[in-house]
Amino acid sequence: MATTEAVDVVMPQMGVSVSEGTITKWLKQEGEQIEADEALLEISTDKVDTEVPSPASGVVTQILVPEGETVEVGTKLAVIGGEGGASAEAPPAAEPEAPAAPEEVAQPAESPAVEPAAEAAPAPPPAPEPAAAPAPADGQQNGKSFVSPVVARIAAEHGVDVSSVPGTGRGGRVTKKDILSFVESGAQAAAPAPAAPPQEEAPAPAPVAPAPTPEPTPAPAPAAEAPPQAPPPAPAPEPVAATAGEQLEPMNAMRRGIAEHMRRSLDTAAHVTSAIEVDMTRVVAIRDKLKPEYQKTYGVNPTYLIFVARAVVETLKKYPWINGEIRGEQIVTRPWVNLGFAVELTDGKGLIVPVVKHAEGLNMLGMAQAVTDIAERARNKKLTPDEVQGGTFTITNPGGYGTFHGTPVISQPQAAILGTYALVKRPWVVQDSFGKDVIAIRPIMNLTLTYDHRLVDGALAGRFLKDLKEALESWDEVSY
Amino acid sequence: MAEMTYLQAISDGLRTEMRRDKRVFVIGEDVGVYGGAFKVTLGFQEEFGAWRVIDAPLSETAIVGGCTGAAIMGLRPVAEMQFADFISCAWDHLVTVAAKQRYRAGTPVPIVVRLPSGGGFSGGPFHSQNPESSFAHIPGLKIVCPATPEDAKGLLISSIEDPNPVLYFEHKHLYRRIKAEVPEERYTVPFGKARVHREGDDLTVVTWGAMVYTADDAAKELESDGVSVEILDLRTLVPWDRKAVLESARKTSKVLVLHEDTRTGGFGGEIAATIAEEAFEHLDAPIMRIAAPDSPVPFSPPLEKAFIPQVEDVTKGLRELAQY
Repeated sequence: MATTEAVDVVMPQMGVSVSEGTITKWLKQEGEQIEADEALLEISTDKVDTEVPSPASGVVTQILVPEGETVEVGTKLAVIGGEGGASAEAPPAAEPEAPAAPEEVAQPAESPAVEPAAEAAPAPPPAPEPAAAPAPADGQQNGKSFVSPVVARIAAEHGVDVSSVPGTGRGGRVTKKDILSFVESGAQAAAPAPAAPPQEEAPAPAPVAPAPTPEPTPAPAPAAEAPPQAPPPAPAPEPVAATAGEQLEPMNAMRRGIAEHMRRSLDTAAHVTSAIEVDMTRVVAIRDKLKPEYQKTYGVNPTYLIFVARAVVETLKKYPWINGEIRGEQIVTRPWVNLGFAVELTDGKGLIVPVVKHAEGLNMLGMAQAVTDIAERARNKKLTPDEVQGGTFTITNPGGYGTFHGTPVISQPQAAILGTYALVKRPWVVQDSFGKDVIAIRPIMNLTLTYDHRLVDGALAGRFLKDLKEALESWDEVSY
Repeated sequence: MAEMTYLQAISDGLRTEMRRDKRVFVIGEDVGVYGGAFKVTLGFQEEFGAWRVIDAPLSETAIVGGCTGAAIMGLRPVAEMQFADFISCAWDHLVTVAAKQRYRAGTPVPIVVRLPSGGGFSGGPFHSQNPESSFAHIPGLKIVCPATPEDAKGLLISSIEDPNPVLYFEHKHLYRRIKAEVPEERYTVPFGKARVHREGDDLTVVTWGAMVYTADDAAKELESDGVSVEILDLRTLVPWDRKAVLESARKTSKVLVLHEDTRTGGFGGEIAATIAEEAFEHLDAPIMRIAAPDSPVPFSPPLEKAFIPQVEDVTKGLRELAQY
C-alpha cells in the first residue's frame, strides 16, 4: 500500500447533479503522513458536507487547492506519495529485492529521480493498490446515499470507494449497475496507472500497470500494521471526555453540516433582523373559504405559509437584491425566485431546506402542491441533491410552536431569510366606519426578515416588509 | 400435442390416471351426474361408473375424512372441494389426521384435494379465496399451484402419484381463459421445481397461479422502459424452489414477490425472508411484496379489482424497484 507512486486525490462526485464542491478544511497538511481511508479533507457541496478519505497511505506531498475554494468535480486536489515525500518517509531499506528484475538498470537514464522511490515497496508484487482497502461499505456515506448490500460487497471485492461512483438510483444512490459499470470501465484502477512510468522491467511491450484488478487477498505484505480488512481508521476527531452522568452521542453528517453552515453563515453575512406585525384577517377569511375545496379536490392544505410564500414571491419582484447574493465583488440578481423552505425532519434532530424552483410561476394552488410535495419528500428522505440547491430566498416557519419572534440564520449564499411566527389573536386598534379608533380582536402574525447588511440596508428591508404586510392585509384573491 | 384449456388439461390428467390406475377414484359434491360445478369431471361417471366417481353429501368433513380412510386402506382418492374456501370444514381431518399420519404411524396418505380457488369474477368472500398459505404452514401437506395447462396436467398426475396428502389449487380464473398445447401422453411435472416464465436481467418477480399472467403483462410494460423482468412461476409452494429463487435474486438483485392471497402471513413473506437470509449480500433494493390487502374478498367488481393485484399495481411496483 505504501505509495511509492504519486496518487491523485480528486474532488469526488457527491450525487448526480452535483458538479462542484468547496474545500472547507484540510485535515492534513503537506508533509504529514496519512493512512489509506483516513480523512484527508472536508468538502461541502450545497447541502451535503462530507469528508474525503485518502485513497492511499503515504505522505501528503502536495495540496493544490486551498481551503474555501470551490472547484469542479474531478479537479485534482492533492497528491499523496510520489517523489519527495515518499522517499523521505519510507526508509531506504526495501530497495534490493525486486524479485525478477535483473536488468532493472536497463532504462535508468530517463528518470533518475523517480528511480529509487519506484522500487521502494518491499513486497514482491508492487501492486498498485491505492484504493484497495475495502473500507467504503460502512455508514460513512453521510446518510445521503444508502449503500445496498450488493453494492457494498462489490465495492469491497474491487476496492472501490462507493462515494466516487456516480449514482443513478433514487436520491443519487449508487446502484448495482452503477458500480458494475464503474468497475468495468476500470475507473478505479485508472488512478495509479499514469503516474507510474518505471515499473519493474516487464518484458511485455505495453507499459501498462501490471494488475488491472487488485487481487483481494494476496498482497498484505508491506504494511503489517494495516491489514486490509481492518475497519476504516475512523476520521479521528480529538477524543472528547464525558464527565459522570453525561452522555456522548456522535454528530451525524447532517448535524455537522448544519453546524458548519450556521457558523459559516454568521461568519460571512452581517445579520440584521427587522420584524413587522401583520393583520391576517383577510387571509384567515380567504383561507377558511379555500380550505375545504383544496383539501377535497386537491388533497393539499392552503396553510398560512402558502399565503406568505405567494406574497413573498410577488413582493420580491420589486426587491431583486433581497432575492440576490454577493458573489465575489459582484451583486447577483435574477428574474426568478427559487424559494427554500426549512423543513424539520420528523425525529426533530435535523433540518433540510428543499427548494421550490421557479416559484414565480406558481399560483396559490401550485405553491400549495409544490410545498406539500417537497416537505413530504424531505421527511421521507426522498429528495435529490438538486432539490436542496439553488435557492435564492428562504422561508422558515418556527411559529408552529407558538413563538412570536426569532432571528434565523441566512442560508448562504442568499441575502435574506423570512421568518413566520404564530398567528395570535390580539386586541388591535382599527378604524370603525366613522373613522374612529376602536379596539378589535384580530389575528396577528409577526414576520421577520433577517438580511445580510452587506447587501441589504435597513430601509430596504423595511420597505420590503411593509409591502409584504400590505400584500397580506389587502389579499386579493383574484390576483393571487 | 393438443390445444387444451387449463380446465381441460386438469380433466385430461385426471382421466389419464383413472384409466391407468384402478385405485384412483373421484369424490366430491356434484362431481358425478352433474360433472362437477366447473365440469372438470363431465362424462367421468359414464366412463368409470358411480363407484369411482362418487357424488358425496354436502360435507367436506365427510369427503376428506373418507378419502383419508380410503387412502390408508390403499386407494388413491382425488377429492374435489366445490370451492377451495370450503376446505376449512375439513381442516381437522387434513391437518390433524392426514398430515400427521405418516409421521405418527408410518402409513402413507396419498390423497389429492382439488381446490378451485382464486377470484376475479365477483364471487365474493366465500368463493374467491386463495388459502394456500394456511396449509403451507402445516408440515406433512404438499401445496401445488399450477399456472399453465401443461403444468395443470403434469402436476395433477404427480399429485396423484405422491404418497402424501397434496392440496391441488386450481385457479378458477384460468379455467377457460388460458389455452395451450398439452402433450397427449402421460407425463409428470416434478414438485419443487420452478418454471422460468420469462427470462430477464434487471428485476425478478416470484409468483404462482394466476398472478403469473398479471406479472407477465406488467413485464411487457417494463420492457418499453428498457427494463427486463424475470418471472419465476413457483408451481408448487411445498416444496418450493429456493434454489431457483435465490439464483434469480442473486442475478437481478431486486425482487418482487407477488401473490393473490392476502398479505399478512401470505406465503410471500416466507419467500422474502428466505431471500433476506440467504441472498442479503446480493440485494440492491428492499424485497418488495405485492399482495391483496388483509380483508375478505369483496363482491363489488370495482372493489374486487382494487383488492386483487392488477397489472397496473405490479407495473408500478416494478418501476419503483427499477428506479430504486
